[in-house]
Amino acid sequence: MIPSAFDYYNPASLDEALQMLAEDGENSKVMAGGHSLIPAMRLRLAQPEKIIDIQGLRPHLSYIKEEDGLIKIGAMTTHYQVESSELLKASAPLLPEAAAVIGDVQVRNWGTVGGSLVHADPSSDLPSVMLALDAEMVLTSVKGERVEPALSFFSGILQTTIEPDELLTEIRFKAPAGKKTSYKKLPNKASHYSVVGCAAVVGVADGKITDAALAFSGLAEVPLRFDELENNLVGKSTDAASIEEACKGFASGVDALEDLHGSQDYRRAMAEVFAKRAILAAVSR
Amino acid sequence: MLAATGYVGSRIKRREDPRLVTGNGNFTDDFTPAGTVYLHMLRSPHAHAKILSINTDAARGMTGVLAIITGEDLKKELAGPIPGVPYGTISTVPAYYPITHDRARFVGNIVAAVVADTRANARDAAEAVVVEYEVLPVVLDMEKAHKGEPTLVHDEMANNLCTEIELGNDVTEAFNTAAVTVEARFVNQRLVPNALENRVALAQYHQGDESVTLYVTSQNPHIIRTLLSGQIGVAEHKIRVIAPDVGGGFGSKIPAYAEEVIACIASKKVRKPVKWTETRSESFVATTHGRDNIDYIRMSATKDGKITGLDIIAYCNMGAYMSLLGPSVAVLCGVIVPGPYAIPNVHFKAICVYTNTTPTDAYRGAGRPEATYMLERTMNMMADKLGMDPMELRRKNFIQPDQFPYFNVVALNYDCGNYEPAMDKALEIFGYQEMRKTQEEARKQGRYIGIGQSTYVEVCGLGPGSGMTISRGYDCAVVRAELTGKVTVFTGVAPHGQGQETTFAQIVADQFSIPIEDVTIKHGDTEMTPYGMGTYGSRGTAVGGGALMLAIDTVKEKAKKIAAFQMEANEEDVVFEGGKFTVKGAGGGKSISFQEVCLKAYIDPKMAPVIEPGLEATRYFEPGNFVYPFGTHLAAVEIEAETGDVKILKYVCVDDCGNQLNPMLVEGQIHGGLAQGIGQALFEEAVYDSSGQLVSGTLMDYALPTAAELPTFTLDHTVTPTKVNPLGVKGIGEAGTIASTPVIVNAVMDALKHLGIKDIQMPLRPEKIWKALNGGSNSSNSAGAREAVVERHFGEDNK
Repeated sequence: MIPSAFDYYNPASLDEALQMLAEDGENSKVMAGGHSLIPAMRLRLAQPEKIIDIQGLRPHLSYIKEEDGLIKIGAMTTHYQVESSELLKASAPLLPEAAAVIGDVQVRNWGTVGGSLVHADPSSDLPSVMLALDAEMVLTSVKGERVEPALSFFSGILQTTIEPDELLTEIRFKAPAGKKTSYKKLPNKASHYSVVGCAAVVGVADGKITDAALAFSGLAEVPLRFDELENNLVGKSTDAASIEEACKGFASGVDALEDLHGSQDYRRAMAEVFAKRAILAAVSR
Repeated sequence: MLAATGYVGSRIKRREDPRLVTGNGNFTDDFTPAGTVYLHMLRSPHAHAKILSINTDAARGMTGVLAIITGEDLKKELAGPIPGVPYGTISTVPAYYPITHDRARFVGNIVAAVVADTRANARDAAEAVVVEYEVLPVVLDMEKAHKGEPTLVHDEMANNLCTEIELGNDVTEAFNTAAVTVEARFVNQRLVPNALENRVALAQYHQGDESVTLYVTSQNPHIIRTLLSGQIGVAEHKIRVIAPDVGGGFGSKIPAYAEEVIACIASKKVRKPVKWTETRSESFVATTHGRDNIDYIRMSATKDGKITGLDIIAYCNMGAYMSLLGPSVAVLCGVIVPGPYAIPNVHFKAICVYTNTTPTDAYRGAGRPEATYMLERTMNMMADKLGMDPMELRRKNFIQPDQFPYFNVVALNYDCGNYEPAMDKALEIFGYQEMRKTQEEARKQGRYIGIGQSTYVEVCGLGPGSGMTISRGYDCAVVRAELTGKVTVFTGVAPHGQGQETTFAQIVADQFSIPIEDVTIKHGDTEMTPYGMGTYGSRGTAVGGGALMLAIDTVKEKAKKIAAFQMEANEEDVVFEGGKFTVKGAGGGKSISFQEVCLKAYIDPKMAPVIEPGLEATRYFEPGNFVYPFGTHLAAVEIEAETGDVKILKYVCVDDCGNQLNPMLVEGQIHGGLAQGIGQALFEEAVYDSSGQLVSGTLMDYALPTAAELPTFTLDHTVTPTKVNPLGVKGIGEAGTIASTPVIVNAVMDALKHLGIKDIQMPLRPEKIWKALNGGSNSSNSAGAREAVVERHFGEDNK
């Protein structure tokens, strides 16, 4: 399929890219890995006037490092780099675990963390993981940097609070030291996006849960966390029955997504099932 | 009969694969003659709409645009509409114009075509064509469509009825006197064939001699040539149709299509080669779909489990127009509906209905999967009612070996079969009794394991000379022994994944005792081969292979004559063994190689007055009957209660396709067939919303199984050769698809039986099973809302 005509730019530096966005961000589309944007353009669901291809920024924006007590991931880091990062496996294994179940090998080799987060597909896996990790998005423009928490970054289906002149340059979060984590998902049989996915970050002491951060993909228009569920889990034993009991009914009021692969009822029920599975997998580590 | 140099019967890797997997294949889209321009179809976004006006003014002025063709424009150039083969009570076939000019009748119906210098310009211009529609109510539900629905897809077709087909005998008495009866309604959902290669047409009108060359993704280039002649008004001998490498078809590349007609007419108009390449999204609406039946079935039996009657009413969705074999698919369902069982009373009625959906046609199995699904599901329901094991009920009703040839009441004479050994072998490999124990144990732990069965017979090798209603059934081969002793074969079948470039070469190499490297198999060009019927209905080897054997025999006869002349021996004393013609008997011992005979055939002046030059033969083979592969498939599944997900624990099949020319290719065919049959059971479904939009219209929503979704298959076979063809082979292209769908559904139903769950309509998406387990209704044909996710994933996004 053939996209409609567009102007193509490939800035060689961050400054150049930010300058382009400052000049005409409204009519431009930033392309990172292109795995979501190119199909949209070929289907002509997206018909941007300008494409700013930031492949040239890979050398600068592709990194995973620990600095000032934070883990920092450059926006152009690929899913495969996350999946195979020794640093992350040691300090935040939730991310490699989730990255390993994104799409297929081709997607993981080319798709980027930043691209996935800014695209904000409610069924993709990384947004909920970032939410569970309380990650922050570093948004850069010619005016400077601002930092937005994942919790407020995702604002709707395919929508975030990024401004037209901004570029997501880095994702940073505090390594969940001492926490037990896991990501479990029910993939849609066609696309393998999540019907529902759950990222769990759980603290355990003396066989009881001390704190829990759970975030869900696929369930609703944006990745969600549930205070009641998280509070409810505190103090619970880590056996299956207790966790199942604690997860019961938390999603019943959610305005869930609904499509061929799952009704609202099914998604709400699966949110409970996958919350339980993610917590159990986490605490058993 | 098969000379033994060991190629036939060996697991030889496909000779076509190195070129295909290294990107050296030649598919239609790989051909781009100098000056090629591009065609883009403007398709109706509405399932049913009156076309009030079409304004092409803006589009005509756009960059690179060479022509814009509307339905009215095309009608002037057209000799005839897209053909469909009628069957049954049909009296009128509504005209299916390549470009519609009055109404759009399905989403994807072509309303205008744009020719431009590039694909992008053609598409841009198509977006600038302004069509004014008056949206009309849609007809989607087959049963309602047929019963007084005020909206008609075609004004001249009352009750939206295409045709009715009735087969079999009177079953009234059988059901009146039956001790036990069961009845069911099965939805055999609509599927999208999804060949790896989409359709492509490249048409070149030659001004010089007013001829046309069409490169096209076809399973049957000769038939397309004949049909095209009737559509574009160019005589058949002035049309050349070439189907080069074709990347799968599964039936969807049998019919004549609008786009190839438009491409030919456009090429004449713009005096340039015109290419149309289908996109995947386009293919979802523009290429024929398969299945889409609603089957009402009832079965009667005696108390001890002898089946006495079978009665079926099948609603068959033709879509918006009659595609080439629309009603024929229903016939193929009806003729095999009693399966491998000796059922004395069988009645089948098909009601073929028009709806505002993509036309349907053959899809791998074509009618036989529908028949097998409803029969094998019903067999299990009957077994339950009788309190018998499903396998015992089957065993009890099998046609016995001494009953062959067996007339199945509906239409067919099964020539041979031996069903119990295949069943016993499958039961043993599967460990049936053991699995029953496992199931029992699992149930105690609250786990849901089920066992599914299917014992099938199918009818293929289309077809016998007198057994088909619309045409003689045959195929042809030219075997040409070249001067240097190499052999070139031109076959009338059109392999597009089946592997005859390999299997036919194995046969030829064995028959002439020459290395397989010395053999080439050519196909797919109407200017190169005699009239062939193509590849579908598992006929390539069963029919085309027969023609090949006849042609080889004829070449051998002439070669023997030449050998006798060369050795100054009597022809009767010459035998062909081990690649040599040898004189037997008194004064014998002289010999001459096959290669020397080939050379002499072309160059030896001494033979001039005696034997015509050359060494080749053209033969047609017209079998006296279809062939009837059969077998037993068994599966065990486990249901994950929390999610409703189905895991296939074990899949065993024992198939009988007669002699196997290449077991590796047989297995490959079965593997592919199983993937598609299991795909129907668990994953695949063309879903329309209430306005007639195809919701599952991309691979983001239409779930095709991948290797990751499928289990390891355990394959075995029995060998019951047929005498219908010289090779003793029975087609194996469709058996996997035909057998496997009911196996999986039977297994799931078996797993849930003790919970009182009797039926869940395919595909068995996790949510449907979860709902059944949680007491929800399963009347709906699809889980969740009828909403695609593709726009959500790929919609207008931020950056």
